[in-house]
Amino acid sequence: MTWPEMQPILIQGTIDTLYMVGWSTLVTVLGGLPLGVLLVLTDRGGLLANKTVNKALGAVVNVGRSLPFIVLVVALIPFTRLLIGTSIGPTAAVVPLSIGAIPFFARLVETAVREVDHGLVEAVLSMGGGTGTVVFKALLPQALPSLVAGLTTTVITLVSYSAMAGAVGAEGLGSKAITYGYQRFETGFMIATVVVLLAIVTVVQLLGDGVVRLLSRRERTAS
Amino acid sequence: MPGAATARRALDSDGHPVITTTGLTKVYRSRGRDVTALDGVDLHVREGEIFGVVGRSGAGKSSLIRCVNLLERPTSGTVVVDGQDLTALAGRGPRAGAALRRARSRIGMVFQHFNLLSSRTVQGNVELPLEILGVPGRERARKARELLGLVGLADHARAWPAQLSGGQKQRVGIARALAGDPKVLLSDEATSALDPETTRSVLDLLRDLNRQLGLTILLITHEMDVVKSICDSAALMRDGKVVESGTLSGLLATPGSELARELFPLGGPPPEGDHTVVDVTFHGDSAARPLISQLSRTYDIDVSILGAAMDTIAGRQVGRMRIELPGRFEDNVVPIGFLRERGLTVELAGSTEAAGTTGSAESVKPVEFVEKTVEEAR
Repeated sequence: MTWPEMQPILIQGTIDTLYMVGWSTLVTVLGGLPLGVLLVLTDRGGLLANKTVNKALGAVVNVGRSLPFIVLVVALIPFTRLLIGTSIGPTAAVVPLSIGAIPFFARLVETAVREVDHGLVEAVLSMGGGTGTVVFKALLPQALPSLVAGLTTTVITLVSYSAMAGAVGAEGLGSKAITYGYQRFETGFMIATVVVLLAIVTVVQLLGDGVVRLLSRRERTAS
Repeated sequence: MPGAATARRALDSDGHPVITTTGLTKVYRSRGRDVTALDGVDLHVREGEIFGVVGRSGAGKSSLIRCVNLLERPTSGTVVVDGQDLTALAGRGPRAGAALRRARSRIGMVFQHFNLLSSRTVQGNVELPLEILGVPGRERARKARELLGLVGLADHARAWPAQLSGGQKQRVGIARALAGDPKVLLSDEATSALDPETTRSVLDLLRDLNRQLGLTILLITHEMDVVKSICDSAALMRDGKVVESGTLSGLLATPGSELARELFPLGGPPPEGDHTVVDVTFHGDSAARPLISQLSRTYDIDVSILGAAMDTIAGRQVGRMRIELPGRFEDNVVPIGFLRERGLTVELAGSTEAAGTTGSAESVKPVEFVEKTVEEAR
């Protein structure tokens, strides 16, 4: 394969990968953030302490976390078809990607929120704040650097998940790598795919680290 | 000093109670076992006073102050703050309803570890309670600046908490606690994480606020110095119970008061032989009169001073002295009566049960033990 032959395929693959990762990141945050916060709030001693709910949420997260992603994708095909109308293509891939990443991100959110000093919760309560105030004015802002770091990890995981989804009908760099690199023995194309994926992951990591550094600077200007 | 004493609020009259707890009990259940943190605590904090609760760690101080604004739900008993029964507002579930939240916003609280949000500037931290109260933005900023001025941090509004020293952080904590115009301030070991000098300045600030704003302060501490320097009244807690409580001057005038002894420790050897050793407490006018020399002249006896200290407690001059009179107690009834008549508190050193159990008995025992073993060795 020559470079002019590879170029449009690589570009299309990258666009599809970014499309899948982008949308599934959005859905993951919308689903995982509340789930992670609820895991902390419903835990023993939490503001919404509720053993049953906590156990149930924990179980859902654990099931999601313990299934290998490739199995999850296949298992979700009927659900995806129901939701999107098809199980093929990048839009359809957003469904299993999000469902796979939500429990992962929720655990990271849980850890980040749990690290917030309980004294701050107490302080907000003593001012007359309710649970919502505690979450939005104390827990989330205080955990923000850790949350962003967790999001970075999640996005990178999504990039790798999207390649696996490529094996079963989603488009993107993963599917291109399988079609050209694996089935047609195009070593040159394989190398090009690796380079592009590496570049995407590096950019995401650097961006995430930069934001974390910016956010935690104010906390480190200690005397 | 009499001028200063009258300038102080007339607290010895019956102040209107601002915080009243009745039969407050808190039982924690951990791993099937019940731990009683509060065991029927009755507390009366009067309007405009600084009330200190002292006790060792584990005595229940922390649970007590958290029960006052219901951060901890009491197992039984009631809490009334400024005429409002908070325990009745609490409802049944663990979540605070709107009425309780509104009541809490009128009770300021400061914490040992400041509990400032590192994600907000100093001004942002002071604005937080105002946001909860729904105060509009511009008004919030104005009020926050005013409060920061009050605690002497007007120049630090834009700083981050991490850039401040411990004392400055606590000042921000105090400014934040005052944002809801509270009548009552709860202080949970507010100076325990600070060095002595900073402690001094934070205590001075609290006393100024108490005087300027008529703020009633309930503080818990394990440092007797805090009580000595700013409190009007105090309570001693042990094993979840209030063992003693009252105004400092009242406690000092109470024979056998443990708090008085802790506030004002007296050295000197324990009584022995044919002497009578008494602890004398002077307060008010008597502190200035030459009573010991009068005693000596009137009854023609030699008085030895074994230990003595003068201090200012709750803004008053107080002296305590351990003196030795020749002869047994029976021989000294008249001179002791003379001192009592002149308004001094006189206690026979080591005679009261309380005195025996806390200090001397424990320190005497090892000596006896040593003597016995020596005899046995012979």
